[in-house]
Amino acid sequence: MTRKGRRLTLIAAALAVIGVAIGLALFAFRDGVVFFVTPTELAAKTAELRPNARMRIGGLVLPGSVQKADERHVSFAITDNQTEVKVTYTGLLPDLFREGQGVVAEGQLINGVFRADSVLAKHDEKYMPREVADSLKQQGVWNDGSGKKP
Amino acid sequence: MAAVKSHEEHAVIVETGHYALVLALALAIVQGLAPLVGAIRRDGELMAMAQPAAVMQFLLVAFSFGALTYSYVTSDFSVTNVFENSHSLKPLIYKISGVWGNHEGSMLLWVLILAAFGATVALFSRGMPDDLRALVLAVQSWIAAAFLLFVLLTSNPFARLDPAPIDGRDLNPLLQDPGLAIHPPLLYIGYVGFSITFSFALAALISGRIDAAWARYIRPWTLGAWVFLTLGIAMGSYWAYYTLGWGGFWFWDPVENASLLPWLAGTALLHSAAVMEKRDALKIWTIFLAILAFSLSLLGTFLVRSGVLTSVHSFASDPQRGIFILAILVFFIGGSLALFAFRASALKPGGIFAPVSREGALVLNNLLLTTSCATVFIGTLYPLALEAVTGEKISVGAPFFNLTFGPLFIPILLAMPIGQMLAWKRGDLLGAAQRLVLATALGVVGTLVLYALRGGDVVPAVLAGLAIYLTIGSFVEIAGRLSGAPSASAVLARALGLPRSAWGAAFAHAGVGLTLFGLAATGWGVERIVSVKPGEAVSAGPYEVVIMSIAPREGPNYNELVAHTQIREGGRVIAEIDPSRRSFTTRTMVRTEAGIVTLGLGQVYMNIADVRVDGAIDLRLYWKPYVALIWIGALVMALGGLLSMSDRRLRIGIAKRAAAHVQTAAAE
Repeated sequence: MTRKGRRLTLIAAALAVIGVAIGLALFAFRDGVVFFVTPTELAAKTAELRPNARMRIGGLVLPGSVQKADERHVSFAITDNQTEVKVTYTGLLPDLFREGQGVVAEGQLINGVFRADSVLAKHDEKYMPREVADSLKQQGVWNDGSGKKP
Repeated sequence: MAAVKSHEEHAVIVETGHYALVLALALAIVQGLAPLVGAIRRDGELMAMAQPAAVMQFLLVAFSFGALTYSYVTSDFSVTNVFENSHSLKPLIYKISGVWGNHEGSMLLWVLILAAFGATVALFSRGMPDDLRALVLAVQSWIAAAFLLFVLLTSNPFARLDPAPIDGRDLNPLLQDPGLAIHPPLLYIGYVGFSITFSFALAALISGRIDAAWARYIRPWTLGAWVFLTLGIAMGSYWAYYTLGWGGFWFWDPVENASLLPWLAGTALLHSAAVMEKRDALKIWTIFLAILAFSLSLLGTFLVRSGVLTSVHSFASDPQRGIFILAILVFFIGGSLALFAFRASALKPGGIFAPVSREGALVLNNLLLTTSCATVFIGTLYPLALEAVTGEKISVGAPFFNLTFGPLFIPILLAMPIGQMLAWKRGDLLGAAQRLVLATALGVVGTLVLYALRGGDVVPAVLAGLAIYLTIGSFVEIAGRLSGAPSASAVLARALGLPRSAWGAAFAHAGVGLTLFGLAATGWGVERIVSVKPGEAVSAGPYEVVIMSIAPREGPNYNELVAHTQIREGGRVIAEIDPSRRSFTTRTMVRTEAGIVTLGLGQVYMNIADVRVDGAIDLRLYWKPYVALIWIGALVMALGGLLSMSDRRLRIGIAKRAAAHVQTAAAE
């Protein structure tokens, strides 16, 4: 094979691999991407949602809303101080789950109830999921947990 | 009186530490300029400044780091940084690890490692041409100057408080852990290690000269950085596994991806440098990868340290640090790529090769590694870009990475043993495939047997079969070289006579196979969430778990509730674990401590929640077969890297003499 032929082989191989990668990425973006919404945004968007669309909602756990049906079936409400969304979850809640604290739930909205399959315990150094901190800051109800204004 | 005196002594040490850092900056600027001018003007005296300057720079930064560590150990709360991240009751090891458990201290550690690498080049480069050494140390010093400036202007760890508070705020309890104490240093040595290859690449571009000897000079540094990065990533993943409490070890979290990106680029660099060293080809590409690996390390530092991941808004509202690191990023990445664009054409192209050859296989490896690196890059940065531009918040989760990274990585795994088998210049694909018949057969049989035994989904069995093929296939090339020896002692003699780099490659590849097996086996795990009373037995895979007692216990800076638990097999107690819930007194925070026991290569993993009114306790229980292989594989990869580093031909200083033989070696 000539030098030019070899170079063409290389370029063709590179283009093929990159093409496959772009195809995979575009395909994966359809299902692998999850939007974050606040309870208010969720209420506004309910009509236009794809059925079974996965999303994350974040806000504060409404005080007094946590109910344990039995050891593993929990329901609670997430609020952004304007709108509340009822959430059901099966499993053990993370250590930092407390009434009045920030939380992010990932799952699907089914008949007006958000069925969460994960409740996030991964927190930044202020123990607050970042999306929640952001949306709380926007509404001016941010509290960094230490009792002081940031 | 004595107390006052010791207070003054503390102040002197802290202020001297700060001053040493300022001196280091001044020295770094001189070291960045004088040797550069010397190399261009061929002035030996100016060039000779580089070595003592690099050593002195290291000593100054080391003194400064020592001063900060001293403030932590003695709990000197007049230093803001110590006040915010330490507590007088904290165990000594976490007082020390607290030094880098925060932004300011960890940046100082970054600079310390950078300076240490510079000093190592200065001390162990006798065989290197003077101008190359001078240029490398000058470029290294630009990086040091930029980061020293960053530390001094925006992240000063020596800022003082007056009056000094009585006690500190303590370190985040999640960080009070032996794994996380050593994770940042390992990772940083990996990140910063690529600064040396970057400096070498820029030195080559500035001087316009690059040859096979250059590839030999950078090989130990690339390998060293790669080994530490491998260990650092593995350590971080094990830490997440046992502290975060739900048994996951990799979340495709941006912080994790930030360390995976330079690892992928560094792995590609290792392989392309091998082609360059042996065959004098792929020069421009290797230079590019050297720039890329360090650029991604810088990007990782930026992502983790600028606050951009915590929130795009916190980045915008507290811009000083973020903008500064971004400026460093743009300067070094933009500058090096511009230099690359202008100068790369001046480098002479090297040898040619057939598509089916060792070189061809390594090019394929590079193509797939860099493409998979690009998909991780896009998945990590796209949400940030989207939020910055449109304000929409999305998360790109595991499904995206599994669907893109997975399919691109599987061909790499399949091709790894084949590539090892191909000859340089022109290979025999059919011959290579024939020699792998045994490994392939074992992989297929493994898949069938595991599928029959374990049932369930077919994917874990297929991946496990691929892992078997890969692990065994990694050693086929070496086995071929040893076969035909007349006696056992002759085999041993031949084995010892093989180049260590051949052993290194075999072990590193086999390590990937072991890790893959551990990953595949997660599909066979058992997860249970149950509520039990003490004395009740719960099954976890082949074992039974019984909580014997639940009792409070007091630690140095926390109180905990401990569930003393026995693991039984067929009625016999084989292990005991103590999962607990810790309440940290100073930060009013709860942390779950998993109880983990390794049985064979699998682990029983247990977490407890609060005790309920009726005396029962909720627990999360896992049986994870072969899970230890994930990290054992990483250790084996690192071992392979170390073996390769110890290869005689690659030892620093021998490179020059060996370079003379390159032509003969290439002709073989």
